[in-house]
Amino acid sequence: MFGYYLDLAVRSLKRNKVLTALMVIAIAVGIGASMTTLTVMHLLSGDPLPGKSGTLFYPQVDADPTTDFSHKDPVDVMDYHSAVDLWTAHRADRQALIVDSQLKVRAPETSLPPLMEMMLSTTSDFFPMFDVPFQYGSSWQPQDDEKHARVAVISADLNDKLFGGANSVGRTLQLRDTDVRIVGVLKPWRPSPQFYMVAGGRFAHGQTADFYSKPEDVFTPFTSGLEINDGNFWQFTCWHMPDKPGYLVDSPCEWIRLWVELDSADKVAGYRSFVAGYAEQQKALGRITHAENTRLRSLMQWLDYNGVVPSDVRLQTWLAFAFLAICLFNTVGLLLAKFLRRSGEIGVRRALGASRAAVFAQCLVEAGMIGLLGGIGGWLLTLAGLWLVRRQPAVYADMAHLDVSMFLVTFALAIATSLLAGLLPALRACQLAPGLQLKTL
Amino acid sequence: MEIRPILSSLSRHKITAWLVIIEIALTCAIVCNAVFLISQRVDRMNMVSGIAEHELVEIQLANLGVRPDAKARTQEDLAALRKIPGVTQVSLANQMPFSDSETNNSIKLDPTQKLPSLSAALYWGENLAQTFGTQLVVGRNLREDDYRDLDAVNKAAAGGDPNDKALPRVLVITQAVADKLWPGKNPLGRFIYFGKTPETVVGVVAHLVRPASFSQGAEFSLLVPIRPVVGDGSSYLIRTAPQERQRVLKAALAALKALDPRRVVIEKRTWDDVRSEFFQNDRAMTGLLVGVCVALLVVTALGIVGLGSFWVAQRRRTIGVRRALGATRGNILHYFQTENFLLATIGIVIGMVLAYAINLFLMLHYELPRLPVIYFPVGAVLLWSIGQLAVLGPALRAAAVPPVVATRSV
Repeated sequence: MFGYYLDLAVRSLKRNKVLTALMVIAIAVGIGASMTTLTVMHLLSGDPLPGKSGTLFYPQVDADPTTDFSHKDPVDVMDYHSAVDLWTAHRADRQALIVDSQLKVRAPETSLPPLMEMMLSTTSDFFPMFDVPFQYGSSWQPQDDEKHARVAVISADLNDKLFGGANSVGRTLQLRDTDVRIVGVLKPWRPSPQFYMVAGGRFAHGQTADFYSKPEDVFTPFTSGLEINDGNFWQFTCWHMPDKPGYLVDSPCEWIRLWVELDSADKVAGYRSFVAGYAEQQKALGRITHAENTRLRSLMQWLDYNGVVPSDVRLQTWLAFAFLAICLFNTVGLLLAKFLRRSGEIGVRRALGASRAAVFAQCLVEAGMIGLLGGIGGWLLTLAGLWLVRRQPAVYADMAHLDVSMFLVTFALAIATSLLAGLLPALRACQLAPGLQLKTL
Repeated sequence: MEIRPILSSLSRHKITAWLVIIEIALTCAIVCNAVFLISQRVDRMNMVSGIAEHELVEIQLANLGVRPDAKARTQEDLAALRKIPGVTQVSLANQMPFSDSETNNSIKLDPTQKLPSLSAALYWGENLAQTFGTQLVVGRNLREDDYRDLDAVNKAAAGGDPNDKALPRVLVITQAVADKLWPGKNPLGRFIYFGKTPETVVGVVAHLVRPASFSQGAEFSLLVPIRPVVGDGSSYLIRTAPQERQRVLKAALAALKALDPRRVVIEKRTWDDVRSEFFQNDRAMTGLLVGVCVALLVVTALGIVGLGSFWVAQRRRTIGVRRALGATRGNILHYFQTENFLLATIGIVIGMVLAYAINLFLMLHYELPRLPVIYFPVGAVLLWSIGQLAVLGPALRAAAVPPVVATRSV
């Protein structure tokens, strides 16, 4: 029966090509617009570490002793003292201190000009904790953190730029004036967002596209990085002028991030009380004043708190779906016109014994057929739309590609839209009185 | 034109009529808001900076780090840049309008005040106002003897003595800051406190926009007399005649490279590029919104054409009868035009209410102002025209139906 309906649908679609084309175009354009924005939304609002994000937490302590600041929430990052104390305690399964800075990078064995790159200074747990993939070599060892070892891990991008993508483990890199030995090269790694650096979203007024930047190109042990690029660290904020700007160790500034991995709910509760206890103890020592103001958010909670999805992207998604709604109404109208114009034919079928359900099903098959054609058009338009997105100046532009799941969603959405659009016209068509139609033939 | 027959005919095709109405209403609501968003973006892109944009070039060098000779090298750089023919002003600025990071300071009118009066962007650099080309409203610009060296200022600020001689004592504010702090009063000679240090206002400039956080007061900017050293995000700004910019930029780079060939240049661009790069996201979003508006109007027009054609085809016989009974082609044409006008009007009324509701939602979530009233009549005229344009084809086809149709096959 289905085959027969398909045949009827094809015939009917062929009969009035202009009307068919109008409907297919309407659905294709609507689907193209909404799938383009939905793909971007999917890309930006997803979990950067699926399966792992539930075990990652971001502790915060409020070290600002002044009254200028509201203290409703602690500042987004921590001061050196608190961050290093919490890290040194090693109370979590894994923990990583993080600070980034810009510096001059050269490969002394090549004649390439120096580059300005971002360096992430962190501790060895960073790589296993965030599932960072290695192409060559491996992370440095925990003892390298203690020894202030002059070692580095570099990104695939930088390895391509400096060493033509060859295995550069063991080679030398000049960071500012210090020579370091490369111990590892990453595989291309592009978490979305660059979650471990996210902070300050509540001050961004929705302009959060920068949270989707590429990861840094050079990674060094935390202790070594502070020495190599001494004097070039930027604070997130300070509650008092530091003695020498750029030199932030033990300064009245907040500039370091700490991430911890906690594998069970018990450990999370334990760590929460450990952070609270630490703040109380520091208050007793007179270093901080707002001991109760501590937080321990999970990765996804932290991203949510920072409102990482840029407001422009959310606006575009709303707009695209409103657009799809208009295309839907358009298609309803056109389908209605199409079905009712065939009143005579439907009357004959009904008179010859077709049930209402059969007529209804036939109309829906025709609508679904339009949806399928619209889906193909929509898929092509989505590809074109994503191509346009990739040409935009946004930092996440390079990630805008259609994956398999979104490809399937495109067709599902197209057919669902057309079936929805076909519902009312099909209902009207199957309610036609056969007698009346036959009379006018 | 009689409206009653149209209404009675529409009441028999309620669903189709409502479809047209809903489509027009949705289009009206979305297009009104999208155009409003576009106008907001355009306003943002045309924001007044208060500086001589077409006469400036920027060169940013990488960090020199803290070196004992940084101060001397900065002076050397500035002298070399000044010597380039065609250069009228040169300055090393700690930051400039339309850049992503921003140095701010909370200021108070009284050191005992609990919460700051406002947070303003701090601009510093010797000769900066002259290089920016800011327009002085009252008072004077900063003078040679007002200036302090950045490292001495940092040391003094960390020292905590609010009366340390190494701290700057005067500043220049924008008109926006003056209006906010002392509305209607003369700001000259009044004090602004940085922490506990009083600074005397010596001048007011008409406009100077802050680097990026416009929502906190776009022109809350202060010019303070501090001499920075090269690095730490500071940029050389060079002022010259508009047609000389490319040549001066090249000459300046050559001059700086000649002083030290190992330095890394981070930025080299004219100030027109600064503006265009800073607002590139807004430009992309504006393009997208324009595209959506056009597509929406086209889809709606096509929908009206489609339904109009269907209606005409369905009523061929009725039209023929009317023609046979003496109706002119004009009568038939007007019938369909009036019908479309009625549907569009209902759609527009519903659409305006919807537009207002969407605007309220956007105001809540996107810090948008209220939709100006002018959008309503303009939007209505636009949709009426599109409706009339779309229905013209089908209506003409209806008018062309010959009366003889009435005599066939009844």
